Amino acid sequence: MNDPIIQFHHFSFQYHAQSEPTLHDIELEIRKGEKVLICGPSGCGKSTLAHCINGLIPFSYKGECGGSLTIAGRESRELGIFEISRTVGTVLQDADGQFVGLTVAEDIAFAPENDCVGEPELHERVEKAAALVGVGDHLRHAPGELSGGQKQRVSLAGILVDDVDVLLFDEPLANLDPATGKQAIELIDEIQRKTGAAVVIIEHRLEDVLHRHVDRVVLMNAGRILADTTPDELLAGDLLKENGIREPLYITALKYAGVAVTADKRPDSIGHIRLDEEDMKKVRDWFARTPPAPPRPERPMQLEAKGLRFAYSNGHEALRELSLSVREGELSAIVGTNGAGKSTFCKLLCGFETQQEGTISLSGADMAALSIKERADHIGYVMQSPNQMISQTMIYDEVALGLRTRGLSEDEIRPRVEETLKICGLWPFRSWPVSALSFGQKKRVTIASILVLEPEIILLDEPTAGQDYRHYTEIMEFLLALNRRGLTVLMVTHDMHLMLEYARRAIVFSDGALIADAPCAEILTDEEIIRRASLKETSLYTLAQRCGVGDGQAFVQRFIDYERQEVRGT
Amino acid sequence: MRNIFNYVERSSPIHRLTGATKLICLLLWSFAAMTSYDTRLLAALTILSVPLFAVSRIRYSDVSFMLGFTLVFMVLNNVLVFAFAPQHGVSIYGTCHVLADLGGRWLITKEQLFYHFNLVLKYLSTIPIVLLFVCTTQPSEFAASLNRIGVKYTVAYSVALALRYIPDIQREYHEISQAQQARGIEMSKKQRLSKRLRSASAILIPLILSSMDRIEIISNAMELRGFGKHKKRSWYMARPFRAADFLSMAFCALLLAAALLLNYLNGGRFWNPFI
Amino acid sequence: MKKSPIVTVVAIGIGAALFFVLARFVAIPSPVPNTNISIQYGLLAFMAALFGPVAGLLIGLIGHALADFSFGWGIWWSWVIASAVFGGLMGIAARKLRLEEGEFSKKDLVGFLIAVVIAHAAAWFVIAPVLDIVIYAEPANKVFVQGLFAGVSNIVTSGIIGSLLCAAYAAAKPKKGSLKEEE
Repeated sequence: MNDPIIQFHHFSFQYHAQSEPTLHDIELEIRKGEKVLICGPSGCGKSTLAHCINGLIPFSYKGECGGSLTIAGRESRELGIFEISRTVGTVLQDADGQFVGLTVAEDIAFAPENDCVGEPELHERVEKAAALVGVGDHLRHAPGELSGGQKQRVSLAGILVDDVDVLLFDEPLANLDPATGKQAIELIDEIQRKTGAAVVIIEHRLEDVLHRHVDRVVLMNAGRILADTTPDELLAGDLLKENGIREPLYITALKYAGVAVTADKRPDSIGHIRLDEEDMKKVRDWFARTPPAPPRPERPMQLEAKGLRFAYSNGHEALRELSLSVREGELSAIVGTNGAGKSTFCKLLCGFETQQEGTISLSGADMAALSIKERADHIGYVMQSPNQMISQTMIYDEVALGLRTRGLSEDEIRPRVEETLKICGLWPFRSWPVSALSFGQKKRVTIASILVLEPEIILLDEPTAGQDYRHYTEIMEFLLALNRRGLTVLMVTHDMHLMLEYARRAIVFSDGALIADAPCAEILTDEEIIRRASLKETSLYTLAQRCGVGDGQAFVQRFIDYERQEVRGT
Repeated sequence: MRNIFNYVERSSPIHRLTGATKLICLLLWSFAAMTSYDTRLLAALTILSVPLFAVSRIRYSDVSFMLGFTLVFMVLNNVLVFAFAPQHGVSIYGTCHVLADLGGRWLITKEQLFYHFNLVLKYLSTIPIVLLFVCTTQPSEFAASLNRIGVKYTVAYSVALALRYIPDIQREYHEISQAQQARGIEMSKKQRLSKRLRSASAILIPLILSSMDRIEIISNAMELRGFGKHKKRSWYMARPFRAADFLSMAFCALLLAAALLLNYLNGGRFWNPFI
Repeated sequence: MKKSPIVTVVAIGIGAALFFVLARFVAIPSPVPNTNISIQYGLLAFMAALFGPVAGLLIGLIGHALADFSFGWGIWWSWVIASAVFGGLMGIAARKLRLEEGEFSKKDLVGFLIAVVIAHAAAWFVIAPVLDIVIYAEPANKVFVQGLFAGVSNIVTSGIIGSLLCAAYAAAKPKKGSLKEEE
């Protein structure tokens, strides 16, 4: 093997504003041509580690470094951030933040422009890099004309336009739909083979990254490296689960079935995991002995949309002939690609836009005459980022805002706000400022500020975006508890785990129309729907097929039910 | 984006001029129109813009929307000038030819009408050229052009960033304002001004706070890609000057020279036909 | 937030984009032409207080010029320059504020409001009308009345919106303190 291109030795780091170090005693080597995944729960230090690798630490974020970090053989603190960027190229999580050019070509040209590269070399390099990631036909497009996946490709091209030795990806899957995420992982793999660069991926969605081979997985928690080993070794142990990382679903299923998952079975991919006849029998037996969940009683119809058609003023037809219905007390996921019409549908529900044709009725009554504010008394809408909603300094005031604008007296408001704070687990923080809360707690505050209006339906846009498995579970368990109190919950999401584990039904949009409305197990095992809606087949289905379980769909459903009843006790 | 600034993608000799040329011409032309109040020059500039539009293949329908704005603005401004200073023309031109007496200070004089005519010409001589610039210059080329005419590249890039993020921020503003409306925040005219401003800040606060996060992310991204490394930078959108560029700039420089010369000959900014 | 030169470049760009969006899409027209009840000056006051005079000046200049471009009435230089002057003066007058550290006391509020009054007065009572006279030879009483109206309404809106933004920004800075969970 080559010499290490990045080498941490007894490395530690403490931000100036903090009283404790964020990284402790890091020992890590990354060699040219290697592909390393760094995972760990939120706050484990993985982003700080990434900042050390690309030079933002110590050059932009100030703090105290201990030990040594060498990049291409030289001590990083003696280099500058610009010198480090010649070796390490970073693709940030926020594709819109990284896309600083007005068009694709200009964005790719950004780094060489800063190096004063002139014509004709500049155009040649841009075209070459664009072709490498497959955006050669979009050079003149503005960012607004691109999908999330295409923007990420442009970010990558903007790095590849220079010859870097290390490609660093910060949560590359965070904002992508499942099929696009899969393509991103394939693209990273392909680029690595073409360029021979080292690849470092920071991500907590382990199963999705393992879609392609990874040499090593580094597991972090509380600022320390807990494991630095092959994916096979790591999957065979219990470290992942203990540290709040979701195992691949097929591994979890195998463990439920009593199969011993060992490294020599090569469990890092459902494609090549070695299962002997005895293992397969265990899986079939588990399926046979696990009872199906009892069917849920049919509830009355609550929300009905009929023949919705909507086109934006620029002529783009976002919805055509969309009809769907939701029953009381449902917990459903609305899925589909960007531009399939999900967010337009939400806007029509909330009254932000008005459909050109069709009707929406709630409990049998047409909603056409209701204003935005009146609809909000029935259907509450929670935006993706809490920062887009919070306008008050104190938690209490933020939750009370909607009641105050409705002209209620403080005496009427107080009991309702207090009750809501209790339901949302925010009671202990009732006199705190919002700024003292974590991201997940802020999300709760935004949900509370909607719940206080006592809607019958709550509509959430990507409720778990940007959160690790533990926080995500917390939010979802909370929504589940609300759902059990009778609230109908609709979630717009790209997250397959979320959908599979929590939603009872999936409402699938494609190209402005409804293409499916069925239990998630049915959706995620149907190739045609998966393809049209840019979803991804669940590895549970593949496992069922490999083990000779006849009814793969029932196997997936059984797994979901088992987790809900036996593991989470719900 | 393109429809905010109304760039119209067509092929014409004016489209083919570099952005820097068009920017320099715009500046020279509007300085000429700004420094002079000579009726003959303003009229010449106005008439000259007609063939330029024809050459640029920009149609009336491309700019009618923006012209509408401008006409309203022009009429209102003229009404105001008359309301506040009906004798402004008299004081400028130094003579008084009364056409009608509306009572009180409301005399209608030839001088006042002539002043208004010049004021209208002032609009008509600058607005077409601005519209022409906006319609034929790609926003992308604008920043590179600024740098080319001597603006520091960091400032030029600030302009590029503003153009880049206007659509994103516009969308975010819209989304936040809708979600806040659902919670009962209103900015309608029914409410008192102070309440309206409080409502506005309930939308602005989330917008600003998320923009602050955006600033941090973008500056990290730019730093990681070497922005600010050298004293200059190159531009993908920059194009070399051709003969047509030099000719256009020379012509506009002549216009400015004419304006300055006329000011000198007239002994002031106004051309006075009354003496 | 760190304050490297790059952060200033980005703050100017994003600030100008915000200024543009507020000027272009949130303008509430007032009876006097060329003047709006413009909330963008509240934003500008806040950005100038946070990022300093250079940023304030350029946000005003670029944001206002772009807005004028998009309306299509040409650039009304006298008013663009007045916006830039306001941003610059605001940045100088509010340089003592420590918003970054999460501080915005009553005393800071008074200081901020005084800065708003001074900067707007200079921009709209002096710069804008004088330039209108110099560049466009408009009658003095008309432009001074226009400036007076614009100045007063801008002082009110930026005073209210600007200080709400400053207070919200300072409050959103996490502070070390003795917060306790309550039963």
